Amino acid sequence: MIRTLTLSFAIALGLSGAAAAAEGESKVIDYDFSFEGPFGTYDQFQLQRGLQVFTEICSACHGLKYVAFRTLGAEDGPGLPEEQVRAFAANYEVFDETLFDGEGDFRPAKPTDHFPESSLSNAPDLSLMAKARAGFHGPYGLGINQFIRGMGGAEYTASLLTGYTGNDKEEAGAILYENTAFPGGWIAMPPPLYGDDVVYADGTEATVEQASKDVAAFMMWTAEPKLAARKQAGFAGTLMLTLLAVLLYLTNKRIWAPHKRKVKHPAE
Amino acid sequence: MAGIPHDHYEPKTGGERWLHKRLPVIGLLYDTIMIPTPKNLNWMWIWGIVLTFTLVLQIVTGIVLVMHYIPSTDAAFASVEHIMRDVNGGFMLRYLHSNGASLFFVAVYLHIFRNLYYGSYKEPREVTWIIGILMYLLMMGTAFMGYVLPWGQMSFWGATVITGLFGAIPFIGEPVQTWLLGGPAVGEYTLTRFFSLHYLMPMILAGLTIVHIWAFHTTGNNNPTGVEVRRTSKEDAQKDTLPFWPYFVIKDLFALAIILAVFFAIVGFMPNYLGHPDNYIEANPLVTPAHIVPEWYFLPFYAILRAFTAEVWVVQAASFITGGIIDAKFFGVLAMFGAIAVMALAPWLDTSSIRSGRYRPMFKWWFALFVVNFFVLMWAGAMPAEEPYATISLIASAYWFAYFLVILPLLGVFEKPLPRPATIEEDYAKHYSSATGGTSTVVNPAE
Repeated sequence: MIRTLTLSFAIALGLSGAAAAAEGESKVIDYDFSFEGPFGTYDQFQLQRGLQVFTEICSACHGLKYVAFRTLGAEDGPGLPEEQVRAFAANYEVFDETLFDGEGDFRPAKPTDHFPESSLSNAPDLSLMAKARAGFHGPYGLGINQFIRGMGGAEYTASLLTGYTGNDKEEAGAILYENTAFPGGWIAMPPPLYGDDVVYADGTEATVEQASKDVAAFMMWTAEPKLAARKQAGFAGTLMLTLLAVLLYLTNKRIWAPHKRKVKHPAE
Repeated sequence: MAGIPHDHYEPKTGGERWLHKRLPVIGLLYDTIMIPTPKNLNWMWIWGIVLTFTLVLQIVTGIVLVMHYIPSTDAAFASVEHIMRDVNGGFMLRYLHSNGASLFFVAVYLHIFRNLYYGSYKEPREVTWIIGILMYLLMMGTAFMGYVLPWGQMSFWGATVITGLFGAIPFIGEPVQTWLLGGPAVGEYTLTRFFSLHYLMPMILAGLTIVHIWAFHTTGNNNPTGVEVRRTSKEDAQKDTLPFWPYFVIKDLFALAIILAVFFAIVGFMPNYLGHPDNYIEANPLVTPAHIVPEWYFLPFYAILRAFTAEVWVVQAASFITGGIIDAKFFGVLAMFGAIAVMALAPWLDTSSIRSGRYRPMFKWWFALFVVNFFVLMWAGAMPAEEPYATISLIASAYWFAYFLVILPLLGVFEKPLPRPATIEEDYAKHYSSATGGTSTVVNPAE
């Protein structure tokens, strides 16, 4: 009975996770990403391409206020060399209140500064969007196989960017665009990608799907920059604890042995 | 000290005697760690250690998180992101802490089910049980307030809904709600007081843990047979028990290691699985999420809260009798807290003189249904408030109350219990025969 109890507990945990995924009937395509699965890590070149797509297209409206420029140099992130990070940051201007005798003034950004906030009030900040839109995976939306296939946020982002049907409508003075991935089917964001929107330095062809996947991977990185370190810690922790469990099992067996003999009346 | 007769600490060296005369702290620790424990305890008796460990884990990770967290509506969300991105190992601390809450509740629910099945709440362990229920309530309060601190969308709206419950209390509801919130709505002063209480309540929990252990060390552990340890003499007691150290400490640590291996896998590979994605969006009082869902561990009680709508005849009757003072909303709140209250009264509602469900042929099935029912409630609580979930919630809520208020009292009258072993030793011998019949091979590391 206790065993069934524990089992049903695990199932119920899955069910409650399902509720989060159940809302909004949107069509999310299960794109493959390098960071899926227990050992998956980010593809540095993909992150660099994604950074390019974000910089040249998305950043016109969207911000990344929680991301510091210096993290672009992170080895398990885009891994830009230091000079490039410096040069990249210098393209942005930030307001520094210590300048101009305390009145404040704009200056070129340094690596320690953050990306700017969204420039449009109805364009959400994208720093955490991949995690805020997570949880789409699994049979019946149970989310069980996110262990293998990732959290789903990146799949959603890529599906959204490729999900425009080309139809639009006017509603209350605003134009809405039909999108197969967006819950409700109509989104206020105009289609940002048409194909060949950017020219990749590494020669990858910038199709809508390719650019969508690249920027989706980049956004997963902005949301979870410590993914590689986290998986490493999880792996090491699980391994060490399993080893500890084996040692404790043997110790436990040994200690209890004199009290748990199955044979009756041993000669002792 | 009362309890099962056993060897007490004897100071041996001059220094020990000196200290023992002034502060018998070593003796206290010795008696605690060497307490005679029924030797037939099964694997459902490991959750106490898991809970103690989790409390320590939560307090330790929490203390470090507090060093980097800023309890202000402007900075809370950003400071959590600061922890996740800039603090060394901060992402691990936070994921351990947030998933630690789930581990805490997995363990406490299994601990409670163990209690209910083996009748651990029955005489003479009622005080242990009541303290346990208080600890469970404190845990719920702490977890709820902790969930508000990251100041995400679910934090904000969860806080709005839950504090709104207190507003349903007739006459004093509104001032109580304002007092809880520190203002007319969830805001800056809600966050600061929740932060303060989130830090305070685990400390009370730690204190109650000691009282909880003190209480069951006085009565002795229950065990799967529900038959008490013989206290007629030290020799008799030794036939039924083994000292806590090393037998049960090692056994419990083994179980803890397995549970933590699974826990670490979840933290490392799917740390956001049990969280809600909306909480990665900063709180916005102007945008209400489509479904406001509490954390999984609150879902059964959330289902009970929502089950009693104005269409239910019990609610209508209550409203009629009280002249409208008890409306559907207040009835729901009463039902939710009542569900825990009837559980707390289990020692007095259960009329059966048999402790363990093992020897209660009818009880077994009602209990199994109770466990299934708990998961039905959990599932229904996660679903939107519409048919057929509303009816399912209502039926499941009714069973919860029926279990404690009708089934447990009646079973004691109608049920014919199975024969029980006279002693723990007899039960144990059926499964294992110890080398020499028990006493002489007891490992005593203190010697």
